Amino acid sequence: MQTRWNSEEFIQNLPKVYGLYTGGFIVFILLMAILEQLGVPASTIGILFVAFTVVIYAAIGWLSRTMQVDAYYVAGRQVPPVFNGMATAADWMSGASFVALAGGIYFGGHGYLAFVVGWTGGYVLVNSLMAPYLRKFGCYTVPDFIGTRYGGSLPRLVATVILVVASFTYVTAQINATGTIASRALLIPFEVGVWFGLLGILLCSMLGGMRAVTWTQVAQYIVLIIAYLVPVIWMSNVQNFGIIPHFSYGDAVARISELELQLGVGTAATESIPGVRVLTTLHNDPGTSVLASWKFVTLAFCMMAGTASLPHILMRYFTTPSVRAARRSVSWSLLFIFLLYFTAPALATLTKLQVLDPTLATSVIGKSIEEVQSLAWIQNWSAVNFLAISDSNADGILQINEFFIRPDIVVLATPEIAGLPYVISGLVAAGGMAAAMSTADGLLLAIANALSHDLYYKIIDPNADTRTRLIVARVLLIGIGALAAIVAQFRLTGILGAVAWAFDFAASGLFFPLVLGVWWKRANRQGALAGMILGFLSGTAYLWYVYTGGEPWIGIDHLRFAIIGMPVSLVAMVVVSLATEEPDPEVQAMVDEVRDPSGTAILDRQ
Amino acid sequence: MPDKSDTRQEHWRRTRNLTIIVLVLWFIFAFVVHWFATGLNGASFLGFPLGYYFAVQGSLAIFVILIFGQNWFQDRIDDDTGLHGE
Repeated sequence: MQTRWNSEEFIQNLPKVYGLYTGGFIVFILLMAILEQLGVPASTIGILFVAFTVVIYAAIGWLSRTMQVDAYYVAGRQVPPVFNGMATAADWMSGASFVALAGGIYFGGHGYLAFVVGWTGGYVLVNSLMAPYLRKFGCYTVPDFIGTRYGGSLPRLVATVILVVASFTYVTAQINATGTIASRALLIPFEVGVWFGLLGILLCSMLGGMRAVTWTQVAQYIVLIIAYLVPVIWMSNVQNFGIIPHFSYGDAVARISELELQLGVGTAATESIPGVRVLTTLHNDPGTSVLASWKFVTLAFCMMAGTASLPHILMRYFTTPSVRAARRSVSWSLLFIFLLYFTAPALATLTKLQVLDPTLATSVIGKSIEEVQSLAWIQNWSAVNFLAISDSNADGILQINEFFIRPDIVVLATPEIAGLPYVISGLVAAGGMAAAMSTADGLLLAIANALSHDLYYKIIDPNADTRTRLIVARVLLIGIGALAAIVAQFRLTGILGAVAWAFDFAASGLFFPLVLGVWWKRANRQGALAGMILGFLSGTAYLWYVYTGGEPWIGIDHLRFAIIGMPVSLVAMVVVSLATEEPDPEVQAMVDEVRDPSGTAILDRQ
Repeated sequence: MPDKSDTRQEHWRRTRNLTIIVLVLWFIFAFVVHWFATGLNGASFLGFPLGYYFAVQGSLAIFVILIFGQNWFQDRIDDDTGLHGE
């Protein structure tokens, strides 16, 4: 079995394997739909959806187990571009993208769309500046590139520290998301859900490393994209918004603008209820001030630079057979990501219209409080405190500023709002689980690999044999996963905050040392150290300043602190590099070699 | 190999030019159009206000096309100079 998952034959059969898998999943959905019609309770359907998909991922993880270093760290460098594109898309789209993005657009309006633009535009930077060159370099991890390009243990160590901080911030949010979904679908307490989620994540990654994560991520992408598109398209057809809503919801945007005036969107709530909020931001109002434009582009920029610096994404491009294949997989990655991201605003718009528009049967605003409170979906979500109705002005009618909802639940609640059968809700839960697990897998592996390869093997014990290295990698994976699960239980930050911070940390510390390592021969060790350390520290110091209540400078809040960290990093790196001696001719020759897409990887020759 | 460095120089020059063009286009659709979103909203495209359209679909689709296009041209550069990876 083990050799089968490594062979040429398996790679050639990939389309067939995943075609069968997709067909099987669709049959499973139909089966669940039939069970629902036969009267099987909704809770059972939810449990079956989550349990069935997680067991499949774990089985793939088990079949991909390996004791080879190359397979463990870079999936044997034989992942074809289209499949690597799918794996990257799953790696990339986290619980936040799947669960929280549409809700964020629902509540945040135009300003929030900066995330959508940033999280796609970042791939242009990945493709232009990073992926092909890092692939040519042939590293196992991102600090591996920093360490070899700039030389010495210290740059490697600093890069590892930044990687760990950025990725760990991110992974706690993902484990939090798996715990939330598992607890709701399996009807277990959140604390137990977190450990259940972690168990699934570890089963996917521990035995087979990058190889197992690659093949489970492809499977997870298929589940999550079906789970995202089916409800939107179904809802669109049921509510007569068109067969494919993506190109025709312009009218809905215009209609919402009318309704916002009528309903008084923008009126603040007269009371506050913890964890839930009312809609106060207009759906499409970019604002006329320069500050509004500035806030949009700075957020988009931070997310783009972060995309191009986050190690769990970059390391996916180390798994392709060639430089050209690495580039191709970036283009496929973005196409697969695009499918979800251009659907999210459509979902947010249509769901909002259904809630607001009094001519639609689904609307709640403007109806009597009594009538709204008798709706099943209102009762279900109120019961877990994710939604609240409060008649603040005591007129018996639900106003826009009396309808409190938690932004994170918009995607999960949409099928119920639109009156779709429960099987769709179960599907969405499975999709959210797939999104959160696949990202958590990638992040945990990025952390554990950097610690085992860069810290343990390259710095602490360079004579370690293969067996020891892979055992250390696995022990670290379990340890870090457990630590992340413990931290996740405290729920220190919201999902969105933690995700944006991870991007800002990575962009502040790693963006310029990575880019200039390829694009500027003169960049040297001292410069890279200064760039990483000062960029990271200044960004973090600014985050601390804002987080502890400091007044943000020109709208640069905690979501955008890389706007401080990145310029510091660039200036420090350039100034210090120029002030110290230029790198050895050998290093400069290595840079020439990195820029040449032909020939074998650089590290393979050493 | 003395010729190799000439080939590499030519390859890198063309790669760099392509990258600059791509990044200029990226800059326009990542930042410039969104900076002027309010103004663009006066126009409409497929029934959407134009500024809004760029943020929800237009820029995203252009990024996808940009990457596929860049890779197509980069493959030509690699093939012309004989520095193709496979």
